[in-house]
Amino acid sequence: MSALLLTTPVLADGVIGFNVDALAHNFWALTVDGLTYGAIYALVATGYTLVYGVLRLINFAHSEVFMFGMFGQYATLMLLGFAPSGNAYTQGTVMTIVYLGIAMIGGMVVSGGTAVGLERVAYRPLRKRGAPSLAFLITAIGASFVLQEFVHFILPKLTNNELGGANAQQPIILVQPSEQFTFLGASVTNVEIVVVVAALILTFATNQFIVSTKFGRGIRAVAQDPVTATLMGVSRERIIMLTFLIGGVLAGAAALLYTLRVPNGIIYSGGFILGIKAFTAAVLGGIGNLRGALVGGLLLGVMELYGQALFGTEWRDVVAFVLLVLVLMFRPTGILGESLGRARA
Amino acid sequence: MTGRTNGTAIGKVAAADRPHGGAGDRLRLWWDALPRQRQWLFGIPAFAIVALLPILRPPVLTTVGTDFGGVLAQFGMYALLAVGLNVVVGQAGLLDLGYVGFYAIGAYTVGLLTSPNSPWNLTDDWLSRSWGWVFALPIAIIITAVSGLILGSPTLRLRGDYLAIVTLGFGEIVRLLADNLSDITGGGRGLSSIAYPVVGTSEKRPFGVFSAGNTQHAPTYGVWWFWLSLLLLAITLILIGNLERSRVGRAWVAIREDEDAAEIMGVPTFRFKLWAFVIGASIGGLSGALYAGQVQFVVPTSFNVINSMLFLCAVVLGGQGNKLGVIAGAFIVVYLPNFFLGRTSLLGIPINGNDIANYKYLFFGLALIILMIFRPQGLFPARQKLLTYGRELYVAARRAAGYGKPAPEPSTEQGGAS
Amino acid sequence: MRRTSSRMAGVALVVVAGLAVAGCSSKSSGGDSTDTGTGGTGSGSLSIQPLVQIDSSGAEVKSSGTGDAADPAGDGKATCSGISLAMAGALTGPNAALGINILNGAKLAAKQHNDANPNCQVDIKQFDTEGDPQKATQVAPSIVGDSSVIGLLGPAFSGETKATGQVFNQNGLLSLTASATNPDLTKNGWSNFFRGLANDAVQGPSVAKYMVNTLKYSKVCVVQDDSDYGVGLAEQITAGLGDAADSSCAAKVKGGDKDFSATVQIVKSADADAVFYAGYYAEAAPFVSQLRSGGVKAAFVSADGTNDPQFVKQAGSASKDAYLSCPCGPAPDKFATDYKAAFNIDPGVYSVEAYDLTTIMLKGIDSGIKDRAGLIDFVKNYDGQGLARHYKWDPTGELASALIWIYQVK
Repeated sequence: MSALLLTTPVLADGVIGFNVDALAHNFWALTVDGLTYGAIYALVATGYTLVYGVLRLINFAHSEVFMFGMFGQYATLMLLGFAPSGNAYTQGTVMTIVYLGIAMIGGMVVSGGTAVGLERVAYRPLRKRGAPSLAFLITAIGASFVLQEFVHFILPKLTNNELGGANAQQPIILVQPSEQFTFLGASVTNVEIVVVVAALILTFATNQFIVSTKFGRGIRAVAQDPVTATLMGVSRERIIMLTFLIGGVLAGAAALLYTLRVPNGIIYSGGFILGIKAFTAAVLGGIGNLRGALVGGLLLGVMELYGQALFGTEWRDVVAFVLLVLVLMFRPTGILGESLGRARA
Repeated sequence: MTGRTNGTAIGKVAAADRPHGGAGDRLRLWWDALPRQRQWLFGIPAFAIVALLPILRPPVLTTVGTDFGGVLAQFGMYALLAVGLNVVVGQAGLLDLGYVGFYAIGAYTVGLLTSPNSPWNLTDDWLSRSWGWVFALPIAIIITAVSGLILGSPTLRLRGDYLAIVTLGFGEIVRLLADNLSDITGGGRGLSSIAYPVVGTSEKRPFGVFSAGNTQHAPTYGVWWFWLSLLLLAITLILIGNLERSRVGRAWVAIREDEDAAEIMGVPTFRFKLWAFVIGASIGGLSGALYAGQVQFVVPTSFNVINSMLFLCAVVLGGQGNKLGVIAGAFIVVYLPNFFLGRTSLLGIPINGNDIANYKYLFFGLALIILMIFRPQGLFPARQKLLTYGRELYVAARRAAGYGKPAPEPSTEQGGAS
Repeated sequence: MRRTSSRMAGVALVVVAGLAVAGCSSKSSGGDSTDTGTGGTGSGSLSIQPLVQIDSSGAEVKSSGTGDAADPAGDGKATCSGISLAMAGALTGPNAALGINILNGAKLAAKQHNDANPNCQVDIKQFDTEGDPQKATQVAPSIVGDSSVIGLLGPAFSGETKATGQVFNQNGLLSLTASATNPDLTKNGWSNFFRGLANDAVQGPSVAKYMVNTLKYSKVCVVQDDSDYGVGLAEQITAGLGDAADSSCAAKVKGGDKDFSATVQIVKSADADAVFYAGYYAEAAPFVSQLRSGGVKAAFVSADGTNDPQFVKQAGSASKDAYLSCPCGPAPDKFATDYKAAFNIDPGVYSVEAYDLTTIMLKGIDSGIKDRAGLIDFVKNYDGQGLARHYKWDPTGELASALIWIYQVK
């Protein structure tokens, strides 16, 4: 394939190169990688999309919920006795799954708790006072930075410099990535399989919850028409808390999966950019639409990596932000459109 | 004005329902009652005192761990930014989370035109380094205004939350472009040796009063930059004030309060929103040019989102819509962390000042949350005047409603005119 | 809710069972941090060992002894008062180990001087820049504003030197750097700036020629970060490698990046003999780790920004066999013993340079100099032997002699 594209045309006199060769050469490897990241974005995007569907509110601080999940699963592993190390631990497949499961639960508990706490402390007082929606956004920004700086400065003091601080946590690697099979020339590792499969399972489970359980119907009811839902006996406050809880739990799961893929990424600022990308994914797929979160996430993950190959590895974040701006300007309803309120979510 | 019907006076408000009666409101009512000329009479001495602060160096106010002049110079720049952001957020009601992008464009324009690292450097051609900054300043303002136009045109049709996120995206795109287009902007290495106005060279100060070499003799270069930014701030305030009292300002108030109603009543909302954006952007660019000249070095990491949050905090804390209030907000945001730097004891209690200064984003984030719940209008709420020459009318109406008067005893509720 | 409560009970059971199993398992007996499985050696035994000293054509040069190095203690009869020296560098943040090495070297020299000279106590004031040029511009005014500071050891990184150099120049403050290696720094006409080690215009070609001639690599991917140091070094290395540098797999990463999957993919598909990383250890460690996880077998070569025990600690066994270069040599035995006794850690890169440069400044103070201009003159005319090398500067601020050391992680 590279023989066909031996020359690499350059755009704008070397300012932004246009490297089609690298993209063509590595296409399937980039796609596999992109789907992995996309699955993580999809899980976090579900949190944004649920909260928006129910409250018409962009939960700007959801990225910090994710970050807390990362620290939560890390702390769980430390409590289990793992010490940070540059090398992977080996303890057999069954034990690995058990440990990962416990760490995931730990991460989910922490981020679920953070999400619910955020709702209680920052958003509920504003709702009670009938504040305009911009006030919610300003509060969300404030909450986001409070949470970040808490991990940056206060957490090291509380945990004797074990957790938090200015530098990334030394990794605790439970799974050494190893190639399982190749797909059209791209190697697929066990980590990538675990991430994508777990994300799909969780998305499916959430979808089932929304569609077939009583609470799920309550969420859809409040999303569609809060007043009528209250008249029909749905407790709005409990539904809101449940929505935040589900979003938080999914972010916690995403945190573990992300750490599997990028073990060095546990730092106080590690949630912020990922949060914006996940929001982009939510908007891309159709904000308020659960399947849209999955579609948008996978699409964004893949397009980011293609962009990196095409324009250069340093353009990854620009691709995401440009996509965000373009989607919001030209198709704010997203690919699949808003639909949490409709009968079929 | 004080007729009586069924025991309740027209224009009178029952004590329990009266929302304002505290000392702050009496002060505000008195201030609103003053004609503008008398307000200026108070304003000019206050302005002079603020300008002379770095010379007077009052004992508690002067910062311990860092140069007081430098802190005030930073306050001057932030005050300009706050006034600019106030036009966008406070006046027109458009939440702009990417305001730091305009700051960056202004700073980078000056950098690109005058730094030896830049391919577009003019100072090795025909532009003298002494006046390079002064030449680049209006260009920076114009280019930032154009960028405001470019940002605003496609995005101002979005509402509320979406506009905020899009502007955030734009702010980050500006920063990332500055980082990635390293052939032009130097990327992470930045642009150094940016020109500054070379004025007042002497033996003690061979490079002029504005150069970083002026640190040994008071007033240091920080103080001079502070005075320059105060001058520019005063000019900006006069211009903005005129805009506020004109049709443009009233259109902004209408758009902020209810855009649909304004559109129906014939206000060209899109055009005025764009005006707000462009004016806000120009002021941001002006402040960016000041920053580039003072620090003489620009790098993308200075223009990140967390600074956007600080600007927003200054505006919200000070009082959205109140152009003097946001200056106070900017003072708090800049001064308070620097107050603690290097301080080891406060009122006799030993503290770790450097640690407390590090927590500034934490405290300001908390301040945003608490403010939004308990006092969303900020420290100095804005009082919009929608009628020209309506000052007397507003003051009389407020007095009649009993604003600014202490609550009388409940037993005297029935009697007397206000 | 019957369904939710039974679900929660199920979850609780799983959690309890999992914890029980975890508690009973044998993994937490402490040794696992170094265990990588059946065959690998643990990273606990990996360290950076000096290999060879090379000149600018990559050929080996036998190292000579340290000779008669200057001693900060001097003659013990110096008098001074109210004089201090400043040290500016990364003391916190992701690359803090590099700055702390320098600070400790300086503090050791000052301690030996102050102990021997009771009438001349010189303070080393430390200023933390986090290695960030933007933070450095905020710190620089404090340094020049302190009138007791007559000399600066630093700034440590090339980026921050570039950002603040003009401030120090305009204030006439001596700026002696133990670590900033970008060659362009001495081309600004700063008469107060002196470099205590070889720059990248020497390190780049030397290492490139070593890679091509001695290690026999025919295809090298050069990956750079966005710092002043990384970009400058990558330029020099690419020029020195000539045809061996494969431009299709040259990549750029950013400081603060943790995830290098696209870069790993590009390097992997290029199938090169070696990867050269121009940057600091905060990114080099996760990068080499992801390279090895991604199945890339190419040799990993990097330079002084990566040359720190923190790199080995963070990358674990992925750092094995990495080649690291430095314009600085290994620490002499006595120095290493004194350093370890004072600070409880081993000396790192630039500790010796910092010690030597601080000694030079202290010698200036001992000879009676009390002002900034005087100290600049003293250094300009200095000619003497230090622990690391002979110090004599040319008019631009570069050292006359300059050799590079190659280390390996093993």
